[in-house]
Amino acid sequence: MSEVKYSKEHEWIKLEGDVATIGITKHATEMLGDIVFAELPEKGSSVEKDGTAGVVESTKAASDVYTPVSGEVVDTNQAIVDDPSKINQDPENSAWFFKLKIKDVSEMESLMNKEDYDKFAKENAQ
Amino acid sequence: MNTKKTSLYKLHQDCNAKFVEFAGYHMPIQYSEGIVEEHKFTRNHSGIFDVSHMGQLFIYGGDELIKDLEKIFPLDLKNLKLNHSKYSFLMDKDAGIQDDLIITKISGGFLIILNAACKNDDFKILKDLLNEKYKMDLDENRSLIAIQGPKSSQILNEVINKVKDLNFMSGNWFLFDNQKVYITRSGYTGEDGFEISIPNNFADKLTRELIDKGSKLVGLGARDTLRLEAGLCLYGHDLDKDKTPVEANLKWAISKERISKGDFIGSDIIIKQLNNGVTKIRVGIKPEGRIIAREKTKIFNQSDVHIGEITSGTFGPSVNGPVAMGYVENEFSKKNTKVFLEVRGKKYPASICGLPFYKKSYVKGAN
Repeated sequence: MSEVKYSKEHEWIKLEGDVATIGITKHATEMLGDIVFAELPEKGSSVEKDGTAGVVESTKAASDVYTPVSGEVVDTNQAIVDDPSKINQDPENSAWFFKLKIKDVSEMESLMNKEDYDKFAKENAQ
Repeated sequence: MNTKKTSLYKLHQDCNAKFVEFAGYHMPIQYSEGIVEEHKFTRNHSGIFDVSHMGQLFIYGGDELIKDLEKIFPLDLKNLKLNHSKYSFLMDKDAGIQDDLIITKISGGFLIILNAACKNDDFKILKDLLNEKYKMDLDENRSLIAIQGPKSSQILNEVINKVKDLNFMSGNWFLFDNQKVYITRSGYTGEDGFEISIPNNFADKLTRELIDKGSKLVGLGARDTLRLEAGLCLYGHDLDKDKTPVEANLKWAISKERISKGDFIGSDIIIKQLNNGVTKIRVGIKPEGRIIAREKTKIFNQSDVHIGEITSGTFGPSVNGPVAMGYVENEFSKKNTKVFLEVRGKKYPASICGLPFYKKSYVKGAN
């Protein structure tokens, strides 16, 4: 089983072979509130580690979504664009954002495991 | 300056409110169910809003006060019946809006509900304009609780008998727990509802009783989405000192009788704008698709010329899509005019539309 890793920008990433699935964490959705808009990167585009790769908006504000690793976008989840409330319902599973063919697997090393992320999220909660 | 707490602070905490600082007060932005659920619950059932941060200004006086207030507000106050309310504005000499407000004729004077962020300035301005002739009380000892939505009349009537007999935009004194409360049938959500002015010590008790009868607390977040769907302005965003009531498309609130006299502050500019038109005007804006255009979003015409700016924009849960309002150059203000909104560097199509986005008739007669 591949391990899920987490970024300080509250994204999760699951690597299977050389394809990573990326979404935002439950903690992130709780901070954002009701998500009413999602914008995803274009299929075929390249994204750079820590660069913006989408936007989510709640009724209150817009927030950028970052990619925790570099790569080429091979798939995006149209279901969350059509119904952004799915992101609140199942953020760390069916409401994934995009899939990347990753460029450099070593970029995964700086990311947190679940235990460290939970601690980080707790410390960063208001 | 210390951030103030309203009398419902403890209740907000008990209901897991997320707080924000708003106009110097700790106010609930939302509770555990979130803005969308709170919004829908208000539209379908009944929501309670703590609006105690707003100013409750009592001014006492007779006929002379009416004459003096008519020099300030563009209202036909001498024909305003006892316990009836009107929407109006405090303007400067250039007709710039310093605040928007609701004024109610009460026995012995007037009650004016002011925006929280403006209330202290308003008090000073009005005191000066009235030459300190009248007793004025910006009452900090009373809370203001709004209950809004189709079930509110029934719920409030279970707690305060006969309140459902009130007509829209009128009020009266009632008793709750032997305390005098002033209730008006009004609100700012596009729903039927009431605003209750109650002594601070009794606000918590009243609100808990309303919750027991099936209403729920709703935060400022949903108050914003509700009022925007209803096409209502938020001071400091859609209205400010650089905008006049004519530009804000609120000329319906200016008394024709008073325009013919032209003797109130700002009347020169108002009359000029009514006769000659305005260069910019407030309109509803409906983005195509799901893109949300927020405050300060630039508006362009089809030739890519900058023609205005969004002043409020969000996602409307009842409309189930984005909604916005803003100011555009007058020639682009016609309904269905195609415009473009610049969001994160890209231009998205939208069209000028009528307001409100969400329509529901207010209760006019008693029920």
